[in-house]
Amino acid sequence: MVINLRFFNRSELMGFIVLAAVLFVILPLSLDVFRLNLVAKYLTYAFVALGLVLCWGYGGILSLGQGVFFGLGGYCMAMFLKLEASSVENTKIQSTPGIPDFMDWNQITSLPLFWQPFHSLTFTILAIILVPGIFALIIGTAMFKRRVGGTYFAIITQAVAAILTILIVGQQGYTGGINGMTDLRTLKGWDIRPDHAKVILYFVEVVLLFACIGIAQFIRLTKLGRILVAMREQEDRVRFSGYSVANFKIFAFCMAAVFAAIGGAMFALNVGFMSPSFVGIVPSIEMVIYTAVGGRMSIFGAIWGAILVNFAKTSLSESFPQLWLFGLGALFIAVVLAFPNGLSGLWADYVQPRIDRLFTSRKSKSAWKDNSVADGAPAE
Amino acid sequence: MFGDYSLGDLGSIFVMQGFAGLILFSVYVLMALGLAIIFGQMGVINMAHGEFMILGAYVTWMTSNFFQSYLPSLFSGYFFLAMILAFVASGALGMLVEWVLIRHLYKRPLDTLLATWGLSLMLQQAYRSVFGAREVGVELPQWMLGSLHVTDSIEVPINGVFVMCLTVLITVGVAYVMYKSRWGRQVRAVVQNRIMAGAVGINTEKVDRYTFGLGCGIAGVAGSAFTMIGSTGPTSGQLYIVDTFLVVVFGGAASLLGTIASAFSISQTQSTLEFFLSGSMAKVLTLLAVVGILMLRPQGLFALKVRK
Repeated sequence: MVINLRFFNRSELMGFIVLAAVLFVILPLSLDVFRLNLVAKYLTYAFVALGLVLCWGYGGILSLGQGVFFGLGGYCMAMFLKLEASSVENTKIQSTPGIPDFMDWNQITSLPLFWQPFHSLTFTILAIILVPGIFALIIGTAMFKRRVGGTYFAIITQAVAAILTILIVGQQGYTGGINGMTDLRTLKGWDIRPDHAKVILYFVEVVLLFACIGIAQFIRLTKLGRILVAMREQEDRVRFSGYSVANFKIFAFCMAAVFAAIGGAMFALNVGFMSPSFVGIVPSIEMVIYTAVGGRMSIFGAIWGAILVNFAKTSLSESFPQLWLFGLGALFIAVVLAFPNGLSGLWADYVQPRIDRLFTSRKSKSAWKDNSVADGAPAE
Repeated sequence: MFGDYSLGDLGSIFVMQGFAGLILFSVYVLMALGLAIIFGQMGVINMAHGEFMILGAYVTWMTSNFFQSYLPSLFSGYFFLAMILAFVASGALGMLVEWVLIRHLYKRPLDTLLATWGLSLMLQQAYRSVFGAREVGVELPQWMLGSLHVTDSIEVPINGVFVMCLTVLITVGVAYVMYKSRWGRQVRAVVQNRIMAGAVGINTEKVDRYTFGLGCGIAGVAGSAFTMIGSTGPTSGQLYIVDTFLVVVFGGAASLLGTIASAFSISQTQSTLEFFLSGSMAKVLTLLAVVGILMLRPQGLFALKVRK
């Protein structure tokens, strides 16, 4: 595949620089560790939002089950951390030392078979990518090969989210139940709880986020991204041109699942626990709204959406818990009715032209004309 | 899992659980009827459907309280008035919502999902602010309490029988309205071809509004019936919404008969399994089976054989 475009155009480059400056420099310098850790929590949702941009914005597949993949990634990480935290000397007081505390409370006397491989970090990291990836592959193949899409796909993914939540809550002895996996302590002997560890984890997460942005941007610019958009607009024409529409959809869905899973794993590391309340229907829909608010067509927009909506959620629900649900509900409706392209759409419509004018006013008029022709690709 | 029970016990268990399943079936059918009209006919994904149901439940609760304090002599008949009020309240709210919100989104079905989810959050918070976060239960009139003894080991509660009769009546009514009445013909005409329907003189906007209102009104009646068998809280509706959508999709979205058949099979499977396994595993297995069958047969049980 030949990339005959620059990796970022000018406005994207600016978006990239601004985001990098804010995440790498401004936030770590201006916030205390507690608030920085909150930002790290918000950023785990940015991974999910990034995946949704590919899958929903570009591929046109609305998945209401991203919480499933977020949860699978998070639970894989949490299982590893939990096993390390429940070493024999840490769990001396239990009737069976060496197994996680919630198993002991539920009268389970030996580690279940599917927990065994999570003693290994390599396996865990592979599982974080592969378990959600394969799960998405199965769902995607079953659905898209039969040309199920749109609203039906959304409802079925939502049902999957419901099933997984009920299963996790119900199988308390194996999963920790409604409380989830708490009291995660160390990663390969390195304590993840003190402040300096939280700062390091924040930077690891930001680096990973930028790696994912790079992958998403790469997909967007190659022929693959073009086909995704073409498929969203005129699925039949793409099919008649000889492309396998189902395979491209499966790819986009799996990609989104893997991004969500990385976010989930970082969540378990940064926040120090994992519970079914991040898996179910409500969080899954909230993840979609982060993307919608930021702009389903814009990589950077979706990340800002995840950060800003979560920030608003924290600060509003701290001071006006009553108002928060009204605010969130109104935000959903306003975004859908008035600005379908979210914040990034507003930016592109109102702010970007002014900045462009600012930059171009110094140049000669002919240069401005050349520029406008070059950048004049029709808007989405 | 059958080992510990004798054959006669098993028979009774199946009958009793089957009856419990029939009550669940009634709630599913009443919820799904409204949704089948709104989703199956209009293509709108109404995530706030559960909240319309809960509105009906709260209206019933308020009516019962009103009768208790001011008209205790008529208390035994309050339910019939409450049901009508619930229908009117939910239907009116539905028509308002259609006018403010839904009519702008007919061409974007996925966006109706997001917008109505927002609506459901706001309604939930509104219920919480007005009625409080605690669940409320209505007091049943005397004649609905107690149960019928069929045999020594089989008992059926009267309120369950009542809810089921109600369900049958409403289902027949809806089927009549949709398939026999002039108005139902207009609805189906608009759904099949909006432009042509408009061209022959049907006021499509008005039909849309009343169809949405009818769907929400039936949800309100479902809520009213729901108070007979369970208590009502601000988030009770959300518990049922995914199940209800699965019922509608599983039955084949445009078919009323399919909706009823799928509600029956899902509720019976779930309540029979519930006796032998834990409640959560019964639910998981039922939902898994439904999702699995939908993957093999995406058009649902009773889909019309029409090419897209």
